[in-house]
Amino acid sequence: MAVFILKRLIQSVFVMLAVAFLAFSLFSFVGDPISQMTGVETSLEDQARLREELGLNDPFIVQFARFTGDMLQGNFGYSYRTREPIGAMLLDRLPATLELGTVALIISLIAGIPAGIYTALNPRGVLSQSMLIATLIGVSIPTFVIGILLIFLFGVQLGWLPTFGRSGTVEIGWWRSSLFTVDGWRSLVLPGLTLGLFQLTLTMRLVRAQMMEVMRTDHIRFAIARGIPWRSIRYRHALSNTMIPVITVIGLQFGGVIAFSIVTESVFQWPGMGLLFLESIRFVDIPVMSVYLVVIAFFFVVINLLVDLLYLLIDPRLRVREAA
Amino acid sequence: MLTVEDLTVRFHHRSGAATAVEGVSLTVGQGEIHGLVGESGAGKSTIGASIMGLLPAAGEIASGRLMLGETDLRALTASEAHQIRGKRISMIFQDPQTSLNPLMTIGDQLIETIQAHEEISTDAARARAIALLEEIGITDATRRIRAYPHQFSGGMRQRVVIALALCTNPELIVADEPTTALDVSVQAQVLKLLRSLARDRGVGFILITHDIGVIAQVADRVTVLRGGRIVEQGETRQVLTAPEAPYTQALMAAVPPLDHRLDRFHLPVVVGEETETAGAEAAREAEDWLREGIGSAAGPELELSGITVRFHGERQGFFGARESFTALDDVSLTVRPGTVMGLVGESGSGKSTLAKVVAALVQPSSGEMRLGGAQLPFMRTRHRHHPSRRLLQMVFQDPFSSLNARHRIATILGEPLWLYGLETDRTRRDRLVRSMLALVGLPPEAADRYPHQFSGGQRQRIAVARALLSRPGLLICDEPTSALDVSIQAQILNLLKDMQSRFGLTTLFISHDLAVVRQMSDDIAVLQGGKLVETGPSEPFFTRPAAGYSQDLLANTPRVRFDRSVA
Repeated sequence: MAVFILKRLIQSVFVMLAVAFLAFSLFSFVGDPISQMTGVETSLEDQARLREELGLNDPFIVQFARFTGDMLQGNFGYSYRTREPIGAMLLDRLPATLELGTVALIISLIAGIPAGIYTALNPRGVLSQSMLIATLIGVSIPTFVIGILLIFLFGVQLGWLPTFGRSGTVEIGWWRSSLFTVDGWRSLVLPGLTLGLFQLTLTMRLVRAQMMEVMRTDHIRFAIARGIPWRSIRYRHALSNTMIPVITVIGLQFGGVIAFSIVTESVFQWPGMGLLFLESIRFVDIPVMSVYLVVIAFFFVVINLLVDLLYLLIDPRLRVREAA
Repeated sequence: MLTVEDLTVRFHHRSGAATAVEGVSLTVGQGEIHGLVGESGAGKSTIGASIMGLLPAAGEIASGRLMLGETDLRALTASEAHQIRGKRISMIFQDPQTSLNPLMTIGDQLIETIQAHEEISTDAARARAIALLEEIGITDATRRIRAYPHQFSGGMRQRVVIALALCTNPELIVADEPTTALDVSVQAQVLKLLRSLARDRGVGFILITHDIGVIAQVADRVTVLRGGRIVEQGETRQVLTAPEAPYTQALMAAVPPLDHRLDRFHLPVVVGEETETAGAEAAREAEDWLREGIGSAAGPELELSGITVRFHGERQGFFGARESFTALDDVSLTVRPGTVMGLVGESGSGKSTLAKVVAALVQPSSGEMRLGGAQLPFMRTRHRHHPSRRLLQMVFQDPFSSLNARHRIATILGEPLWLYGLETDRTRRDRLVRSMLALVGLPPEAADRYPHQFSGGQRQRIAVARALLSRPGLLICDEPTSALDVSIQAQILNLLKDMQSRFGLTTLFISHDLAVVRQMSDDIAVLQGGKLVETGPSEPFFTRPAAGYSQDLLANTPRVRFDRSVA
C-alpha cells in the first residue's frame, strides 16, 4: 500500500513538473516581460539593467529551475498589474472559489446520486422519464445562460436573492468565509446552483447507467435468489458497486468545478480565483496566469491522489493481496 | 416436494410472443437430483427461473402449476415470493467469478443471508456459517470467513456459492450450469459435493446443464428438453442406457466418446429430419485453388524446443524485484507434418500461451521455434511480411468476438487474399470467397451479410474459411468448439477434420475436452502448470497414460456411459 502511494506521489511530481514547465513557457512565449513592466519613457540602459537584475539573460533551463525553486518555497512572484505578491492575492481569493466549488459539488451530489438511484430503479416511471428529459435540457444549456436566467428570475423578477457579489463574510484567521451568515448563504445560492447544475446532471446520468448495469450482474441476481431484503440489495450490494467508477468521475468533477468556476464567477462577479484569472488575462498579467495554472493543476493532482486512496478503502481487490 | 405441472412460459417481444417452454411437467423429491439437459434454446434456464420467480420482465408464465410442498408458487405476491427465495428455494449460478459481491467478505454475505431469513444473533449466524464452510470443504474457515471473494480460487469460490445457497437450509436448490466454468477435476469435486448434500441433508436439486456427462455422474432423474418441450423423462439409468426418443439417442451419440476413436463425429440428426445440403459444385473452385497453392504434400513441421515464457508480476516493495510468473517452462514438442497435435491441460496450464507464442502474440524469454525446417522468429523479431504470417493461421474460441462486427463477410474473407497478395483481381477474389463459403458448408450468399446475422456455429465456419483463404500450412485451433452446443460442435469438428485431412494441414488443436481431443488428434501433449507432462501418439495415451496427472485428467472427465462409481 505504501508502495502504491509512493508510486502515485512520484507520478504526481512529474505531472506538476510538466505543468510548471507549461506555465513557465508563458513568460517566454507570451510577450516580453520587460516591455510590459516598463513604460515608453524607461531608458534602454534601465531596461537592460532590469533584464540583468531579474535574471532574464540566463539560459532558459536556469530560469526554469529558479522558477520551480521559488514555487516550492511558496514564493510566487509579483503581479505586473497590482505589484502585490501573487501568493497573497491567490490566498485572498482561494476561500471564495473553494466555498463556491464545494457548495456546487455538494448540491450536485445530494441531488444527483439519489436521482440517479431513483431513475435506475424505476426506469420506466413517469417521474424518471421527466427527470431524464429535464437533465438533458440542463446539459444542453451553457452555464452562463443558466446563470443569467437564474439572476433574471430570482434576482430581478422575484428579488429574493442578490444578483452579484459575495457579502456577509466572516474572517476566521486569513480565511474569509461566507458560510456563517444568512447574507453569505444568500449570495452563495445562485452561483452554487449555476455551477452545480451541470455536474448534477452528469452525476445523475452516471449513477443511473452504472446502477442499472450493476443490477443486472450475477451477484445481484444471486442476492435476489437468496431472498436478501430488497433494501440491502439496493443500498448495500448494488450501491457500493455502483459508486466505484462514480467516485473517480466525482473527483475529476471537483477539479473541473474549480477550474470551470471562471465562467460562473464572471457572471456573478464572484471574487474568486477564476475572476482574478479573467482580470489577469485582460491585463496580460502573465505571472498571475502562470501561478493560477500551477495551483489548479495542484488541486487536480491532490484530488486524484485522494480518489485513489478512497478506492483502496472501498475496493478490497486493490488492497494488498493476502494469502487465502 | 416440487411439482411442476404443464408449465408454459411465453416471452413478449415487440414482434409478438414466443413460447420458450411448453407443457413441461416434472417432480423433484427430497434428496433427489433432477437433471434438465438440452442444447441452447431448450428452455432449461427458463424453467429454473420460473421456479425461482425470477423470469425477466418480458417473460410470463402462461399456464401450469408450480407447487412447492403445499405452497402454490404462482399464487404468491411479489413480497411473499421474495420471502420464499433463499428460505425454501435457492439457486447456484454458473460463474463463481461473478456471482459473489466483490466488495463484501464472504462472512458478511453468509451472515446477511442467514439473518435475512431467521431471527438469529450475528455471532450465532457466524458460527453456523463457519460450520457450513467446513462441512463444504473449506479448511481453516474461522480465518477465511474474513476473506473477500477474489482471494479464493474458482473451485473454492463455487463452494462458497454453494454455502450461500445452503446456509438457510432450503428444501430445493436450482443449480444452473454449476460446473460449466470449472476445470474437470474441480467439476468432479463440486458434483461429488452436490451428491453428498442431496444424500445427507435431503436437499432436492434441479441440475440444469448442457453436458450429458454431468447428468450421468450425479442425476437421479433426467428430463431431456428440446425447443421448450420434453423429449424424454425418467430415471437417469433408464434414459441413458436405453434412450427411447430419437433426439436423446442423437444427443448422446453426438457427445464424443472418451474410450474409443471415431472417424467422424456423429451429428445429432434425428432420422427423417432435414439433412445438410451439399454445395459440392460451388465449392469446386475454392478446393482447386487451395490444392494449387498448398500442393499435395503435407503441411510443414512445427518444432518447439525449450520454450519458456515468463510474465512479470507486481513489484514486491518499491525496490524489490518483480515477482515473475512462469507460464511455460522449457516446453519442447514437435508437430509432425500434416498431423494433428492435441494440446490438453486445465485452465492456467499454459495451453493458450503456447498457441500465442507460435502465432507471435507473446514473447518467450528463451527457446527456439522451427517451421518446416526454417527458423521461426519470436514475436518481437517476426516482421509483418514474414512468410510464416500467411502460413500460420488461427481459429479462435469465441466466434462472437473474432469477426469484425462492422464488416461484411465478403470483406472479412477477402482480406487474406489481398493482404498476402494471393489474388489481385477483385472479381476473382469475390468468386473465391463465395466458393470457399460453399466449401465450409455455408450458402455463397452469406458473403453479403454481417457476422451478427449468423449463429455461433456458422460464425466458426466463417472463421475456418478465413483461415483457409490464406492457403495455410499450419492451423492453430484454440478451443474452437467450447462455446458451442454438442450438435454444432460435431459439425465444426467434422469440418476441421475434413479440411485438415484433405489439405494435409499441420494442426495444433487446443482443448480442455479430452474426448474431443481423442477424436481429433494423432499426437497429444499434456501441459500442467506450464510444464510438459507427457507427449506422444494419441491412442496409446488414452489407453495407457503414463503420467499420474494424465491419469487423473482422464479419470475426472465425465462420460456419457452411465457410471455411478464417481459419486
